[in-house]
Amino acid sequence: MKEEILTTQDLHLYYGDKEALKGINLNFDEKGITALIGPSGCGKSTYLRTLNRMNDLIPNVTITGTIKFKGDDLYAPSADTVQIRKEIGMVFQQPNPFPFSIYDNVIYGLRIAGEKDKEKLDAVVEKSLRQAAVWDEVKDHLHESALALSGGQQQRVCIARVLAVSPEIILLDEPTSALDPVSSSQIEATLLNLRHDYTIIIVTHNLQQASRIADRTAFFMNGELIEVDQTKNIFMNPANKQTEDYISGRFG
Amino acid sequence: MNSKTQNKIAIGGLYGIAGLVVLILLALLGYILASGVPQLSWHFLTAPGKAFLKGGGVGIQLYNSFYLLILAMLISFPIALGAAIYLYEYAKDNWVTTTIRTAIEILSSLPSVVVGLFGFLFFVVKLHLGFSILSGAFALTFFNLPLLTRSIEDSLRTISDVQREGGLALGLSRWETVTRVILPAAVPSILTGVILSAGRVFGEAAALIYTAGQSAPALDFTDWNPFNISSPLNPMRPAETLAVHIWKINSEGIMPDAKAISSGSSAVLVIAILLFNFAARYLGKRLYKRLTSA
Repeated sequence: MKEEILTTQDLHLYYGDKEALKGINLNFDEKGITALIGPSGCGKSTYLRTLNRMNDLIPNVTITGTIKFKGDDLYAPSADTVQIRKEIGMVFQQPNPFPFSIYDNVIYGLRIAGEKDKEKLDAVVEKSLRQAAVWDEVKDHLHESALALSGGQQQRVCIARVLAVSPEIILLDEPTSALDPVSSSQIEATLLNLRHDYTIIIVTHNLQQASRIADRTAFFMNGELIEVDQTKNIFMNPANKQTEDYISGRFG
Repeated sequence: MNSKTQNKIAIGGLYGIAGLVVLILLALLGYILASGVPQLSWHFLTAPGKAFLKGGGVGIQLYNSFYLLILAMLISFPIALGAAIYLYEYAKDNWVTTTIRTAIEILSSLPSVVVGLFGFLFFVVKLHLGFSILSGAFALTFFNLPLLTRSIEDSLRTISDVQREGGLALGLSRWETVTRVILPAAVPSILTGVILSAGRVFGEAAALIYTAGQSAPALDFTDWNPFNISSPLNPMRPAETLAVHIWKINSEGIMPDAKAISSGSSAVLVIAILLFNFAARYLGKRLYKRLTSA
């Protein structure tokens, strides 16, 4: 039986006085891909960023409710954000490789954690880049700058960088919206390969993308979770009128 | 008058103004170089000065300028770096930060002669450092600190926030993100800022007249024990720099070739600062290229 790896209960988030998330209850099973969809400003990215506490960086944010990762409260005073972010990695909308070599980008997390064994690092670089489906394209330029790569390659190197620290959950915030269609489909293929080993939560604007890759889809609107179900059901047979209107392109 | 003509007039006016600035600059540079470069020789650059006779050089002043510059940079760079990192990466936007920023702003607009007089009263007199390289280096630190802090802060600002998020999302702590991701990425631009501020420090005179002093005792370049008074490394000796030297011989020089020495020194100063600027551009570009491409 699958276990719930991440649970959110009655999650509210305020930017100053403005309530951006209005009581979200949403749980994630281990492994597989969940897509978060919804119109701009619906709170899906905000929600995603509460899951590895990236919202901590923004001043004037208040969060109430409970998020539990494997039973531990992420927002407990004793919670270690650095450890949390190692276990819950994140890939951003804009590919953001560091201005170093591809090799250094991938092993950055490990190297800073103190790993020095060259053979082990080499192995991790190859494994992560293979998992991110970019190994064949970059294996001959590992020591060249990651900034010289195309946007799609950069994004896959960023995915490899996250994989290298062996997270359990990978959050992706519109990872393909800055990329061309070919690169986007490569990223999608990468994610489909990873879904058996990782819990993947992806925010996307692209409904087709959600329908192509996600096992489950959650529809957000105005800071509320309207509906969550198997992707097939959301697209073929949504329970909620608003979901149906959004899916069928009546707004958003 | 239609908008097209207006546009033409405006562009013409702007070209004219820009041209005027360039012209003034070229005229100044041309004058300094034309009158100074003929005085330059190996002897001029290395020989010690002469007070009453002709044929003196600026070797000691030139050396003092560099030594003072290095000392001032050694003191001011770590402080400026720390301040800039604090202000940009850590400080919250509240009244404390605003006060610090305003203070830096004010410090950077202090006339350098005021910095010099403060240095005289505080370092030379109160702390009994005397007219010395150390007093001069501290005064230059005061002069340099705000400029350098600002320029490093600007360098940090050019590093996009997505890099910070990338580091944090990877499970790096704030400090690791700053030191291992942001600073390396900002190195080319920080370096450019440091060299440019070195150029300003190198040409500074007013802050040094009352702190590093106006005399250039003979140095023994074979004695590298910093505790000996004639050692070039001794930080407690008075040390007239090139910029101070120019000011001094123009106001009270009594050697017969004062005019020539002043022109030559000016040329050396201008050339050195030009070299700093070119070096800043070149190194910054090269480092950036190395970091961003193959």
